[in-house]
Formats: sequence, C-alpha cells, structure tokens
Amino acid sequence: MTQTVDNIRTGYALFGDADYQAMLARKTADCEDAASPEEVKKVFDWTTTAEYQELNFAREALTIDPAKACQPLGSVLCALGFEETLPYVHGSQGCVAYFRTYFNRHFKEPVACVSDSMTEDAAVFGGQQNIFDGLQNAVALYKPKMVAVSTTCMAEVIGDDLNAFITNAKKQGYLDESIPAPYAHTPSFVGSHLNGWDAMLEGVLRTFTLNQMDGKKVGSNGKINLVPGFETYLGNYKVLGRMLAEMGVETTMLSDPSSVLDTPADGEYRMYAGGTKLADVADAPNAITTILVQPWQITRSEKFIRETWNHEIPALAMPMGLAGTDAFLMKVSELTGKAIPASLAAERGRLVDMMADSHTWLHGKSFSLYGDPDFVMGLASFLLEIGAEPKHVFCNNGSKKWKKAMEKILAASPFGQQAEVYVGYDLWHLRSLLFTNKPDFLIGNSYGKFLQRDTLAKGKEFEVPLIRLGFPLFDRHHLHRQTTLGYEGAMSIVTTLTNAVLEKLDADTMTMGVTDYAFDLVR
Amino acid sequence: MATTKAETQALIDEVLQVYPEKARKVRAKHVAPNDPSLEKSKGCITSNRKSLPGVMTVRGCAYAGSKGVVWGPIKDMIHISHGPVGCGQYSRAGRRNYYTGTTGVDSFGTLNFTSDFQEKDVVFGGDKKLVKLLEEANQLFPLVKGFSVQSECPIGLIGDDIEAVARKSTVDLGKPVIAVRCEGFRGVSQSLGHHIANDALRDHVLGNRDDEEFPTTPYDVAIIGDYNIGGDAWSSRILLEEIGLRVVAQWSGDGTLAEMERTTKVKLNLVHCYRSMNYISRFMEEKYEIPWMEYNFFGPSKTEESLRAIAARFDETIQAKAEEVIARYRAQWQPVIDKYKPRLAGKKVMLYVGGLRPRHVIGAYEDLGMEVIGAGYEFAHNDDYDRTLKDLKEATLLYDDASAYELEEFVKRLKPDLVGSGIKEKYVFHKMGVAFRQMHSWDYSGPYHGFDGFAIFARDMDMAVNSPVWSQLKAPWLADADAPEAAVVNG
Repeated sequence: MTQTVDNIRTGYALFGDADYQAMLARKTADCEDAASPEEVKKVFDWTTTAEYQELNFAREALTIDPAKACQPLGSVLCALGFEETLPYVHGSQGCVAYFRTYFNRHFKEPVACVSDSMTEDAAVFGGQQNIFDGLQNAVALYKPKMVAVSTTCMAEVIGDDLNAFITNAKKQGYLDESIPAPYAHTPSFVGSHLNGWDAMLEGVLRTFTLNQMDGKKVGSNGKINLVPGFETYLGNYKVLGRMLAEMGVETTMLSDPSSVLDTPADGEYRMYAGGTKLADVADAPNAITTILVQPWQITRSEKFIRETWNHEIPALAMPMGLAGTDAFLMKVSELTGKAIPASLAAERGRLVDMMADSHTWLHGKSFSLYGDPDFVMGLASFLLEIGAEPKHVFCNNGSKKWKKAMEKILAASPFGQQAEVYVGYDLWHLRSLLFTNKPDFLIGNSYGKFLQRDTLAKGKEFEVPLIRLGFPLFDRHHLHRQTTLGYEGAMSIVTTLTNAVLEKLDADTMTMGVTDYAFDLVR
Repeated sequence: MATTKAETQALIDEVLQVYPEKARKVRAKHVAPNDPSLEKSKGCITSNRKSLPGVMTVRGCAYAGSKGVVWGPIKDMIHISHGPVGCGQYSRAGRRNYYTGTTGVDSFGTLNFTSDFQEKDVVFGGDKKLVKLLEEANQLFPLVKGFSVQSECPIGLIGDDIEAVARKSTVDLGKPVIAVRCEGFRGVSQSLGHHIANDALRDHVLGNRDDEEFPTTPYDVAIIGDYNIGGDAWSSRILLEEIGLRVVAQWSGDGTLAEMERTTKVKLNLVHCYRSMNYISRFMEEKYEIPWMEYNFFGPSKTEESLRAIAARFDETIQAKAEEVIARYRAQWQPVIDKYKPRLAGKKVMLYVGGLRPRHVIGAYEDLGMEVIGAGYEFAHNDDYDRTLKDLKEATLLYDDASAYELEEFVKRLKPDLVGSGIKEKYVFHKMGVAFRQMHSWDYSGPYHGFDGFAIFARDMDMAVNSPVWSQLKAPWLADADAPEAAVVNG
C-alpha cells in the first residue's frame, strides 16, 4: 500500500518501494530457479571479454539485435511521399500493423497504410482475389489519387505476380483505370528497408514515365530532381530544396513525405497532405538531371533513371558535413550554370565558425557509429572534418563495396587511422567492441540505449554514452524534426555532439568537494 | 448522441454507406447497437472472422500473438524470430513487458534474436541454419533455460521441418527447444497466435516437472494472462500475496520457464486475459483438475469484487485477510476518487482495444464517474462479447475489427471526451483534438492493475481529458470562422 493521492507514482518509482522489492526478491528466490548473483556476475563479466568477442564474431547463423529492417517498411515510406497516395501492402496484415506502429513511434504521427490481409487460403490459391477486393475497398474508403503497392514475404514466397493482378483488377473493374497503381516486389528476405524504398520509387517512376518518354527532353524543365532515399529527418526534405531555391534552382523531390508526416493538430485529420505532385513525377525526365541524395541505397531507380530518362547521374556523396555539402552545391552550380549565392557562402561560414568554436571539445574524441550506409559515411566524414575520430564504423546493411569506399575515406584522414569498418554485423557484435575497445561515445538510434546500459553495468568508467542520431528514435521526442544534411544539418550535428561531450563532462565533475573543482561555469 | 438502438443503427448505416456492397454486408455484421438482455452475443454481433482486404484493419498476425504476446515475455528463454529480419525488429521491446534480471545474461526479454532469412534460406530451407543458430545462442548465453522458435510467414510456406530441428536440438543442447507454428498468415488476427502459443506451451512446457518434488501449500495460485505491461502483474501479485496466497507462476509477464512448468501444481488458476490464455486454463482443468476463474483488477470496485471472489475459493483465513486488505486499501483509493471523480464525472469514453480490456476497464472508468459510449475489440471471439454486453448500456455502439475509417467516423459522430485505443489510432485523434490514451501500452505509464495501478490510471485519464492542449487547437484569429466538419475521412 504505497500510493498517496498527492504523490501518485508510476511504475519506475513505485516498484522501488520496500514491499515491492521484497516481493520481487521472493519471486526470484522461490519460483524462478534463477542463477545465483555470483554466477550471473561471472557470465556478465565473461561477455565483456576479448574471448567472448571472438566467439561472438564467429557466429554464422544467429543475428542478435540487427540494425536494419525489411523491404516493405521502406516501400511504405516512399509511397507516403506522393500526392494523395495510399500505401498498399499485398500479403499478411500483421506486417502493415508493424510498419505503421514503427513509423507512429518514430514520427509521433498517424501513418495510413492498408493491407489486403492474405491468410491460409490465399497462401494456397494466390492473392489475386485479395488484391481485387483490397483495391476496391481501399479506394472506396480512402479515396486516394494513387495506390502504391508493395509486398510482404508471404506474397513473395508464393510467387504472386503484382503486374498481372493489378492489370486484371483494372480490366475487371475493381480499380478504376484512372488511378495509377505503381507496384514493387519487396521480399523481406532480400536486402533491407533501403531496397524496398528504392524498389517502390522505381515502380512509381516506371508507371509515370516508362511508356511516356515521347517528347521528353533532358533539361527542358530546368529543374534538378532529388531522390532522398529512406530519409526520416523531416528537416532534410526541406533543407535541400531551400538551398537550391537560394541558388534559383527549382527542384522536384521524388518522394517527399515531410508534410504528411507533419500535419497540424487543428481539429481535422488529414490523411493526405502535400507530397510530390504526380504531375511532377511525369515531368521528372525533363529535368537537367537527378541527384541521388543517398546514392548507396539507390540502385534500381538509378538504373531506370539512367537508362530510361538518359540522365547522367552525378557521382556525389550524401551532402552531410562541410565537404559533402560543398560538393553538392558546386555540382548543382555546374549542372545549372547558376552561381552559389552569397547567402550560402555565409551559411557555410557560420558552420565553419561553429566548428571553430566547438572543435576543442570534439578534437580527438572517439565515436563509434552505426546506421544506414549513406548516413554512416556522411557522419563519419563530418567527424573527420572536425577532428573527431571515428572508432567503429558500423553498417549492418552495407555492402563490401561500401566498406572499401568507407575505408578509403578514413585512410585519407589522420583522424581516421584508428577506425575499423564493419559491414553485415549486428549490435550484439558492436556490444563486444564497445567493451574491448572503448570509444568515448556511441552514435546511433534508440536501440543504442541498451548498449549504453550494458557498458554502464560493467562500471561507470566503462560507460559509453549514446548520442541519438539515426532511425528509429522512439525514446526521445521530436528529434525526427531535425536537419542533418547541408550546412544547416551540420550545425545541428555539431550542437548535438558538443553538448553531449559537455554533459558527460558535467556529469563527471559534479561531485561536491571531490571532482567539482573542474565543474566549470564556462566551457 | 445516440440513445436508442434505432438511433445507433442509423448511425452505423450511415457510416457503412461508403463501403462497396459486398464489403458493407460483411461489416454490417460486425457493428451493432448493444443489447444487454442477450445471453449470447451471436444475435448481436459477429467476430473472429477474416478482415476485409484494403480497409485498414488495426489487427496484427499470429506471430504477434505468439511471440509478441504469449511467449516473448518469458524472460529466461530465448525466443527466435525465425524468418526474415522485419518481424523481430518491429516487435522488439515495444510492449513494455517488465521483468527483472540481467538482460543478455540470464534474461532476454528486450533482445531480438533472428535467423535473418536470406533468399538462399527461402530457396534451400532454413533448418540447418536453425540448428546452427541454436548452438550459437546456447554457447553465447549459457544461462538460457530454453528456446522457442517463433515461425514467420515463409517457414510454413517452404516446408521446413522445424519440429524435427526442435526435437533434435532439445537433446543436443539439453534444454527445451520448442517449435511454434505461428506464421503470420495463419488465422484472422493475433488471436490464433495466442491459441497456437498456448498449445505449444501445453505440449512442451506443462508437465515437464510433474515428477519433481516441489513443496506446495494450500494457497498456491498462478496468474494467467498478465503480461506485466508497465508492471501490471506486480501490482496484482502484491495484493494476492497480501491476502495470503502464494503466487507460484506468472503467465507470462516476468515469467520464467520453471514457473510455467510448475503451474500444474497450483490449486487455482487466476485468469486475467481470458482471450489469450483461456486455452491453457481449460487444459489444466481437464488434465490436472485445476479450477480456474476470471478476475478483473481494473478499478477498485472490480478489484474488491475479484479479491472477494478469489478468497471465496479458499478458507476463512484468506477471506478474513481479503477483507482486511480491502478495508486497508480503501484509505488509499477513496482519496484518489475524491480528487479525480469531480474532474471526470460524466465524461464519455470510446474504447477500441484487443480482446480483454474493452470490457475489463469499464468498471474503472465508472469508478471515476465516466461512461463508456462505444466499445470494440480487435480480435475478440463470441465468448468475449458474451462477457461484454451486460456491462454496457442498451444501444451502446459496438464495433468488431473496426477499420480506421469506421473508428474515425464513429468518433466524429459520438464526440467522446476520451478515446482509448492503440498507437496507430492515437495521432489521428490528437489531430482531431480528442483526448487519447493508449490502452495497450498504458501510453508508457502504468501499472494500471490493482489498487496501486488504479491511482495511476485515474491520474492519467485526468491528464488526458483535462489537458489544456485540447482547448488551443484553433488559432484565435480563426476561432470564429466557420469550420464545417469534414465529411469524409480524407477531408
């Protein structure tokens, strides 16, 4: 009996009370057949050793705490970025419940997406009737301008043919001919969420341009197309367009979910808001060229754009950090003939000013980082630019080619000499590395909090604090609104990193009369 | 707002109008005005049928019901998400099944173990990979007590024999390895996953220690169907212990393999979530003659009622202690009601949750003077609706497996002061300016069970309903402007 009306305590505070603690201790002692605390300690300590790391890295079959998700998650995000488009996933319904939930938790926004709820009978007979009924029902209820179809692994394993099914649905009147229904096969047992994003984009581009290339002329609309890839920072959709607008360059973002994932609370729920206009997709081949903002994750669309639109896609890295943004802007200037205005030079100068102000706290600090390939490469490059030292550069869904390119970047910098690059490894591998070769900080998504907890469990001096940059971010609010690209994004990253270092320093110097001689007011 | 059955039916008909005819006919059976005079819900509402394609059902799958709900919380086992990478990732650490232990050493609840199927595994089968990964897991986590293999969709489609792997690995590793056929395409919702999970526990866990010497008492009970979300099972267990009972097992929140194996020795099974664990309770009744009873620890009225009903199954010492406990806690919860009831009385609630809570939380709301004006389940069966009708007023709107469209339209028309549902619904209603609480995860709060939990529940409902946020939706310069209600979902 522990609650009082003036101090109602949630579980985290409540369960610390003596009566609950005694109850939990009794449960463990009497009912659980639990290992002794000594044994648990012994095994925990063993999991922090080099010996354990060797066993851990010898894994061939088991994945523990992956840092990647499956294809249709990506296809849904891509689909959300088009005007009045309803993402539609052909296959088991549970997948869609998961995708929606995953995005809800990250964006703190509604996410509309339907499934056609295939069950055992569809596994036997195929899912054509599901897609017929599903398209008809979805359009009646949600009145989309476009339905963007991808698949779950169930539909892929049984070999459903989306092209035939959708064609038949239109022929037989289940879906109005006027409603575009691009599709992508997105088997979750191939690649990761990044491939699903790429496949869905290719499906959309194919639908609007493959057979409509007559009269299209590269450069005729004077625009630059931007392909954002699987991008979960809303600010990044805006910053690229803003920089190019300052140059007087018009852009078409090929999938822009930044409005639908950022609608106001004003009494009305908008299922559709903003997004790339379908007319702009149709017009996209007329652009000067297409820039892949995250080139490592765009392969199918890249091929389509190159071969069908005849765009010469420039070789650019993700515009993250100083040099990445410089190269991006200079390339746009070269492609369009438009000068980079003084406003952007000044913005760059402000970033360099911030880097100068903060370099003293970041220089020589070591960071382990994980995430999707372009994000990790961009962030590692920026760390080098400010004199910070990447330690473990980790990419679960990176390729061998990416690894080589990453190693080349690191080798070229004096600050990259101690870095080790890992592709295809999971966060349980990274856990071993954090114990055996401790970095000052870890950069990653919310799952990284468990790694911080584990390192702290060994002792305060072994703790590796997590800095949250990436996807998903479930346990902090509104970080998804930030910008990480362009000079503006780099400013935000410098701020985040520097203040993480300073917070750690404060925590380390806050003990009254013991360490607080260095608890400085001015840092 | 609707007050008669005819009015509720008219509202239903209007909302369902948008469906194509075939779909409308199906949905019409799943949405109904309540008739509390019925003994059986069949005459009123249909449930546990396939979701219509394309309507945006909120439901999940059998894997979610097995790995996510029933098996996942058993903390000292490793649960392998067997198949492609997504399912395990999306279901990792999202349900807040609290547990004690050293994660990664003797407890594994928030970790994600997966076979991360690649194309070659689909083509050539994943059995060898499964054997290998079980060996690897056993080596890296020597204190693990056993393994469950939670099948994802492809497993059942490619003809893998995971049962054979499980049998062999059980011998080779000297620890139980249990194959669970919870492929996501099976059944119509999470519900079949619960059933499949129960059956696997029945076949491979229950009875494993029947020959073991385990000192028993006349007061041994098990908590069945409490997943310890935000600590619910703990704020329940403490009451059961205070009335003199000994809780031998928790199914499955903060549960351990040993507890579950020994459940066959208890005197009474106490079932909270009937939907997900009635199966195992019935089995223990048949095979071990262990009686079971449902109870409800939401809100003081139902908690007191349940404590008395539980105590009545035991001797007078327990009954006397129950009365003592009930009397003692009145001093705790009465001030909570005194504080919050004036702030919440008369407020109207719409609920749309899984298979238990839409009926189980009604009493807690009523203790605060609130009224439930609409209720529905994602994946309930007839027997759940049987248990629901009497707890709601005549003509209350009932919706089974409601689509996103329906729920939004019903809320627009009934204008509740509070909606209790899940994360997929939450932000839609925030945009609409309707107070909302997640009633699966307790919106990252809890526990809500027991007397300690009720205080938190009352505080949270007040926080939602009486937040100043909802009165600030309109910009002041637009406040007087005409704001015609959006007629369609995508307005």
